Amino acid sequence: MERFFRSDFFYHFRHAPVAIVSFVTIILIILAAIFANFIAPTNPFDPASLNLMNGFTPPLEANEFTGERFLLGTDDQGRDLFSTILYGLRISLFVGLMAVLLAMVMGVLLGLIAGFLGGWIDSVIMRFADIQMTFPSILVAMLIYGVARGILPPEVRYEMSIVVLIISIGLSEWVPFARTVRGSTLVEKEKEYVTAAKMIGLTRQQIMLRHILPNVLSPVLVIATITFALAIIAEATLSFLGVGVPSTKPSLGTLIRIGQDFLFSGEWWILLFPAVTLLALALSINLFGDWLRDILNPKLK
Amino acid sequence: MLLFVALISFLIFRFVGNPVENLMGQEATLAQRAALEEALGLNDPIHIQYFDFLWKAVRFDFGNSYRGALPVAELIVSRLPATLELALTSAVFAVIFGVFMGVYTAINRGSVITNFILSSSLIGVSLPTFLIGVLLIWLFSVELNWLPSFGRGEVVDLGWWKTGFLSESGLKSLVLPAITLGLYQMTLIMRLTRSEMLEVLRQDYIRLARALGLTNKAVYFFHALPNILIPVITIGGLQLGSVIAFAIITETVFQWPGVGLLFINAVYFVDIPVMSAYLLLVGFAFVLINLIVDLSYFFIDPRLRDSELKDEA
Repeated sequence: MERFFRSDFFYHFRHAPVAIVSFVTIILIILAAIFANFIAPTNPFDPASLNLMNGFTPPLEANEFTGERFLLGTDDQGRDLFSTILYGLRISLFVGLMAVLLAMVMGVLLGLIAGFLGGWIDSVIMRFADIQMTFPSILVAMLIYGVARGILPPEVRYEMSIVVLIISIGLSEWVPFARTVRGSTLVEKEKEYVTAAKMIGLTRQQIMLRHILPNVLSPVLVIATITFALAIIAEATLSFLGVGVPSTKPSLGTLIRIGQDFLFSGEWWILLFPAVTLLALALSINLFGDWLRDILNPKLK
Repeated sequence: MLLFVALISFLIFRFVGNPVENLMGQEATLAQRAALEEALGLNDPIHIQYFDFLWKAVRFDFGNSYRGALPVAELIVSRLPATLELALTSAVFAVIFGVFMGVYTAINRGSVITNFILSSSLIGVSLPTFLIGVLLIWLFSVELNWLPSFGRGEVVDLGWWKTGFLSESGLKSLVLPAITLGLYQMTLIMRLTRSEMLEVLRQDYIRLARALGLTNKAVYFFHALPNILIPVITIGGLQLGSVIAFAIITETVFQWPGVGLLFINAVYFVDIPVMSAYLLLVGFAFVLINLIVDLSYFFIDPRLRDSELKDEA
């Protein structure tokens, strides 16, 4: 731990206000989501705690029927918006994190295989990656989502929608991981330690996973950070379009869609607060990712 | 590449969902099913089916939509003008403002306006498209009540093309969606123009041009700008692809009756023929855009046009 505090990395971190602010914001948001059930005054998913009379209460004002006050107001069904945002954050972050993990594992493995084995396997994987790359990832995610809905029987579509969402976003973001890892694998596999590992008779699998993998991981961290922001935005976008998570378990995107419906009748807070939360989250992750990229890339230092 | 996209589109078309089930309903007898399978060619070998699919696609025959039973090609053709007008307007908006602001921020480094433009562009990149759309609706439609928030307004029918360019309400309806769609592209083009411009302005021929006593305007616009156009057009062209994806989002936010809205409804109702036709259309659009980008080099770069110059280069 002491070594970490004396490292270059920590030195740069302490001297970059943007990095500190964005990092603290991310941590606060993640903590708020994890401890949502302690922080949130009500549980928005528990129908028993809802009172329809509380619907459309403006922030901080007393409801005209019940007299209750809510920090950020309530939505159409009388759900406390602050609690709903916290629980929504959980879903957004969970989907984003799982999607990034899926994309990362898939991309890193495929990149490693393509780079190390070369030949026709390399051509097939990278050719496929190139073609997928020309399509914007949100479009790919929508296609996979649509196809998955077509394959699944209608009974389970509803329950599976979060899993389907994670898979669609994950599959749409693997290409950058594969490309980077393939590039660094091509460099690493020519080095002497790999030759040495081959000489002592290790299998290709062992060399790939034990020897090359640890040496190609550092750029993966940067891509993972940026992909995390993309995945959260993708989830919000899909949920906003109505093809994401079901509205009984609203994520930030779903809340913004609900908010848009009530914009014309003057209930601005249902839209504003989820939107600000999403923006703060995406912006902080992007800024932190940018900073991380500059620090970890020795060429720019 | 197009063949590969067609293959995926075919596989989706063929294996996701069961067309026989969809066409005949539950009461059909086994014999009727077999007859229909034969008539649809579902018993042919898979590669024959693929060629059949390709051949039909070339003639714009994508079968019927599951919902509404209209031919998919007809649906798409009726929706295409709306999307093309929107994409074109937003691209023009993005290029003009992007290049102009890029040049401005490169020339006036460190000024207050430059810093403002640069930092707001960072927020612009982080803002998801749909959020931009919703915020614009809030500001200009709900609060200020200047511009309509959904639809295309009044369209003028030119026989084969329904245009929104010719009526006042059509033009008004176009403003917000076009800005929403173009904003992300604009920030990208701006950042690219700026960095390329900074690079070019350091070069010797610019110093020479200044030494010759040319005005700033002449240096910037006649000597520096043409040399940054190639990368800007390359990236801008490639970005047109994502315009198509963002068009889906923008069209949903503004209920714009284009192909994107058609696609998102198809995803929602698992309307496979529409999805696979849309995929083919997008693949075709990408190939077309790449071709146009390549051809445009020819007009911008005199070295590619003039054989004498080509030898020198």
